Amino acid sequence: MSDTPDRATGDLEAPIAEPPESDELESTVATQRRAVHEIWLAGTEEPDWVKAGTDEGAQELLPDTDDPGLSIQRGTVVSDDYVTDDYVTGDERQIINMGPQHPSTHGVLRLQLELEGETIRRVKPIIGYLHTGMEKTAETLTYLQGPTNVTRMDYLSPFHNELAYSLAVEQLLGVALPPRADAIRVLMTELNRVASHLLWLATQGMDIGAISMMLYGWREREIVLEFFEKTTGLRMNHNYIRPGGVAADLPDGWEADVERILREVPVGMSEYREILDENPIFLDRTVGIGIITQEECRAYGVTGPIARASGIDWDLRKAFPYSGIDGYEFDVPLGKHGDVFDRYLVRMEEMRQSLRIVEQVLETMPPGDYRTADRKVTPPPRKRIDESMEALIHHFKIFTEGFKVPAGEVYQAVESPRGELGVYLVAQGGAKPWRVHVRGPSFAHVQALPMMMTDSLLADMISTLASTDPVLGDVDR
Amino acid sequence: MTDEAPALETADGGVGKVRPGSPPPADPVLSTLHAAAPASRFERFEPGNGPAQDVVIVDRAGYHDLVSAAHSERFDTFADLCGVDYLGRKPRFEVVLNVVSHPMRRRLRIRVGIPGDDPTVATVSDVYPGANFFEREAYDLFGIVFEGHPDLTRILMPDDWEGHPLRKDYAVGSVPVQFKGAPHAS
Repeated sequence: MSDTPDRATGDLEAPIAEPPESDELESTVATQRRAVHEIWLAGTEEPDWVKAGTDEGAQELLPDTDDPGLSIQRGTVVSDDYVTDDYVTGDERQIINMGPQHPSTHGVLRLQLELEGETIRRVKPIIGYLHTGMEKTAETLTYLQGPTNVTRMDYLSPFHNELAYSLAVEQLLGVALPPRADAIRVLMTELNRVASHLLWLATQGMDIGAISMMLYGWREREIVLEFFEKTTGLRMNHNYIRPGGVAADLPDGWEADVERILREVPVGMSEYREILDENPIFLDRTVGIGIITQEECRAYGVTGPIARASGIDWDLRKAFPYSGIDGYEFDVPLGKHGDVFDRYLVRMEEMRQSLRIVEQVLETMPPGDYRTADRKVTPPPRKRIDESMEALIHHFKIFTEGFKVPAGEVYQAVESPRGELGVYLVAQGGAKPWRVHVRGPSFAHVQALPMMMTDSLLADMISTLASTDPVLGDVDR
Repeated sequence: MTDEAPALETADGGVGKVRPGSPPPADPVLSTLHAAAPASRFERFEPGNGPAQDVVIVDRAGYHDLVSAAHSERFDTFADLCGVDYLGRKPRFEVVLNVVSHPMRRRLRIRVGIPGDDPTVATVSDVYPGANFFEREAYDLFGIVFEGHPDLTRILMPDDWEGHPLRKDYAVGSVPVQFKGAPHAS
């Protein structure tokens, strides 16, 4: 038996050892040191922030007082753009943030919804989460590099972005295009419309629960994207349509690929019409939902299939034709009611009309060059560079400093799958644009969402949002 | 204000002043607009490979009247509004409004010059409600203040952002990224 008691060995007679007397001062210091996460680089002085604590403050529920600041945090006071005076609502109303991370918002759109039960009383779209300053970037790129930038804005209709930009530059330059370049542009943009509408169909189906529709839409779109990849090298962000023409001629055997699209996509589309047209669930979730009137469309700049579903007979391909699109026969489908179902019908018919244009392009594709012969814009052929000093200089100048565009300003709009896609271009005579503004159709459509959603049900709002087909890359740029 | 008259680059790259009371155009619609804002000047850009574009250049005082007149002259559809910064020119800023007439099937572009030392202009969101977001964007990126706008707040940039990025004197380059609570942003 040792001097110290040892209960572990069974010496029950041994007295229980008292715990050592705690050092009160040292303990407090240790607690403080734990609280401030005190670490810093060895060999340096202890920085000031060590004593600052955390930024978040106490992690506990806020006390229940009438402080207006706290009421705003709890969401019982509505403070937004459309009503200037704050007012306190009852417990029935609440603010819900939908997005920016939500699968049904098609990107990073955030909708602040004020709900009364399941009814939406107010909608506030909040955007900017995808803003990357592309208009500022455009001012640092030459005119030839410009399509690389704008094609990433509305990434579901890249050809339309490139086309609007290129047309604007060409108007300031005053260059005329060979007919084959125009025909290739029409071919690619109309196929792009089909691909974009197919993706819309897929996501619209997915958002309201028709998961099979999503897979079907992707399946048909893939045929179109394969052709894009074969022609441009990329499935998206093609940088194919450029000022002065297109980047390359169509690949050998392109007719067979386009014929395959013309053969297979309509088969799929008629199947989808069969699935959806009489489907009671689809009808319940689309008919009479998300209505916008013609007056609201005009006032808010709503264009494209949404405006046409409301009955506005307006298609930029008919109103202000570009790229020789007026040389092809096609019709503009119009809806009557301006609801989600009419938008579905209008888009389905637009795909058919686009394929009709593609068919005509296939039959009448003119031979010739695919870009303008203007040597100030188009680099000379490779052969000429070996023979001619001037050709070498032109080639060098175009790719080092870029071609110069005379001063002026121009607004050029094309009918993208979503509506009026406009480019406002200001040139001041240099090799880079002074200002490029892109008027995205989705930007105007997001603004008009409250018109369609107010006083509707929360579940219908998903369907409405999907039917406007917003592309947030176009909204935020 | 001396630089109130809207200016426009002439063909040789110089800057020309608008003469108030320039003759009204022959077009009946445009002459009605001219009557609403006598200090306006009309231009027609004919690219040769595209449709001609009608442009109205107006001063700040007549801007709202002209837009209202355009709206009542059946330019019923809002299309676009954006700001432009012509640094080094007077007036420095410009707001460009694009409107469309469905019944007449034509476009109209309205440009208004705004001086750099007092970048304010009347809002047109009361005439065209669709201008709301576009004016917020012009305010956000250029710092142009639209008087009478119902909610002139930032729209694309974060609320606490300093400066207006699309101005020509806004430096492009390193912006320190400050994560929340990080004591030393590197």
